Amino acid sequence: MQGRGEESLLVRRLGRRRVRGLKYTLLAVPFVIYIFAMNYVPLIGWLYSVFDYKLGQRFLDFGNMVFVGLDNFKKLYNERSEVMRVLRNTLVMSGLGLLATPLPVVFAILFNEIKGKHFKKFVQTTTTLPNFISWITVYGIAFAFFSVNGFVSTVLRQFGIEPSPTGILGDVDKVWFLQWFLGIWKSFGWSAIIYIAAIVGIDSELFDAARVDGADKLQTIWHITVPGILPTYVVMFLLAVSNILTNGFDQYFMFYNPLVADRIEVLDYYVYKVGFIINDYPYSITLGMLKSLLSIALLFTANGLSKKIRGDAIV
Amino acid sequence: MRRNKSTMKVSRQERALQVVNFICMTVAVFLCMYPFWYLIIYSLSDPAQASRGVWLLPKGFTIYAYQWIMENTNFGHAFLISTSRTLINTVLCLLGSSLFAYLVTQRDMIARKFIYRFVIITMYLGAGLVPYYITMKSYHLNNSYLLYIIPGILNAYYVILIKTFIEQIPASLEESARMDGAGFFKVYARIILPLSKPIIATVAVYASVGAWNSWQDNYLLAQSPKLQTVQLLLYNCINQAQVLADSMKQGLVQAPGAVALSAETIKMATTIVAVLPVMMVYPFLQKYFVKGVMMGAVKG
Repeated sequence: MQGRGEESLLVRRLGRRRVRGLKYTLLAVPFVIYIFAMNYVPLIGWLYSVFDYKLGQRFLDFGNMVFVGLDNFKKLYNERSEVMRVLRNTLVMSGLGLLATPLPVVFAILFNEIKGKHFKKFVQTTTTLPNFISWITVYGIAFAFFSVNGFVSTVLRQFGIEPSPTGILGDVDKVWFLQWFLGIWKSFGWSAIIYIAAIVGIDSELFDAARVDGADKLQTIWHITVPGILPTYVVMFLLAVSNILTNGFDQYFMFYNPLVADRIEVLDYYVYKVGFIINDYPYSITLGMLKSLLSIALLFTANGLSKKIRGDAIV
Repeated sequence: MRRNKSTMKVSRQERALQVVNFICMTVAVFLCMYPFWYLIIYSLSDPAQASRGVWLLPKGFTIYAYQWIMENTNFGHAFLISTSRTLINTVLCLLGSSLFAYLVTQRDMIARKFIYRFVIITMYLGAGLVPYYITMKSYHLNNSYLLYIIPGILNAYYVILIKTFIEQIPASLEESARMDGAGFFKVYARIILPLSKPIIATVAVYASVGAWNSWQDNYLLAQSPKLQTVQLLLYNCINQAQVLADSMKQGLVQAPGAVALSAETIKMATTIVAVLPVMMVYPFLQKYFVKGVMMGAVKG
């Protein structure tokens, strides 16, 4: 009874809406705390780019943190040849990825022309499956195909050709190409879905009009389907551009081996290597922090570009 | 009659395109499916014959590799860990993300925009591997089963998906329930959740595949064999070819009727076992996967 009396006092003071609003905010507090603990506390860890961190030290033990200034940034400069190599690998892999962006578009257009309903479903189910298996599994499959005793070597031997003794997985000249190929294999069917949706969204009257005007299939595709998908493609391309520093860690971690190290170490892998193999936490944190900040800057740039080109933001 | 006419109209060019298209699609399907098939037939073959090449069907059919995995690795336990974390993770993630999504659709909420953005920003602002690692360690989540559960309760991307969906539900439904005296949680449980079934299903599929496939937490923070997941078991198995080969030497001393094993066969069988759960449920849930992409095209 007393509680009710208090509540009504609060309601009288603030109004029913404000009280309800306050209740919702209070309900959201646990979520905010949770997100803070999981996602923002690690950000505070960026402090270690200017403070020293010894293995086993307590996290954010402010009393015992030694300020080291810009030591880690100087290190970045001193090791610039190494950093440039990693950056080269990163940009090569991202650049190849950008080159492959038209592929899902072509696939979506072809897919849209399939007549049989069941065949269509079958194609979509099978081509999107690789997107949902882990890179560990992809590595297991790639091992079966591209290792010394793998499928490819077996085929070559059948034709009397002696395969390279390291297998393709250990061939430094082929590593970029192989990783590119695997990336496409895993994602093309999945990436195509958004374009398939875009094609479905094109006004069907346009197609009818084209048919009445006597346009054949190729002309219809070129003059109606392609322009219809273009805005979606521009968005996806800009997103990919803003992601050029991020290749993903799993793939490069799995396929890393000493033979191909020189060309497979991308930024995401390098951050791991410096942190967990060399055990230089502060330097790894510095690299990761710079990568994160640059990525956000790129995302804003892409967003600005998108606003300019399409009059609409992407994020 | 009409049908006849239109079939006749199908030009030669169109028919040629159909054929080319069919070939392209078949090649795409083959490229995506054959690798799995190859691993299946190889792992079901007699290793000696398989190493000379198998293409379409197993040679010297045997399930010995699979038996070996069940008997000689921690597979049963790893499977239990992976399955249980997938189930718990998915349920908690759905509850957390949907409750928060519904909460931020309430226009009366004070500081609503700020709270929503505070959560969504985390999608773009990753701290990095080492900060994540020391944070989890400082929470004493390392070498604990909770490591698999706690970090996945709220996911910014899923919040966007669910929120976008909830906003399409007619407000009148919610209002009339409110008039009848139903509170926030009652409306959430009785109206919002049941009506959001399609998007909940989509997110459930994403979350469960994500949980099944995750391994970084296991690799970096949970060395205890009791916490090994199927993914890490596969990773170790692929990387310990030599150790495996040695440990199998005893198996290679052929008891009458026993089939020899090779490291290749074991690896492939393990890969298949790790991917099988995803492959089995995938065809049935595929439509939910696709729905998510369509929804995702709507920005937060």
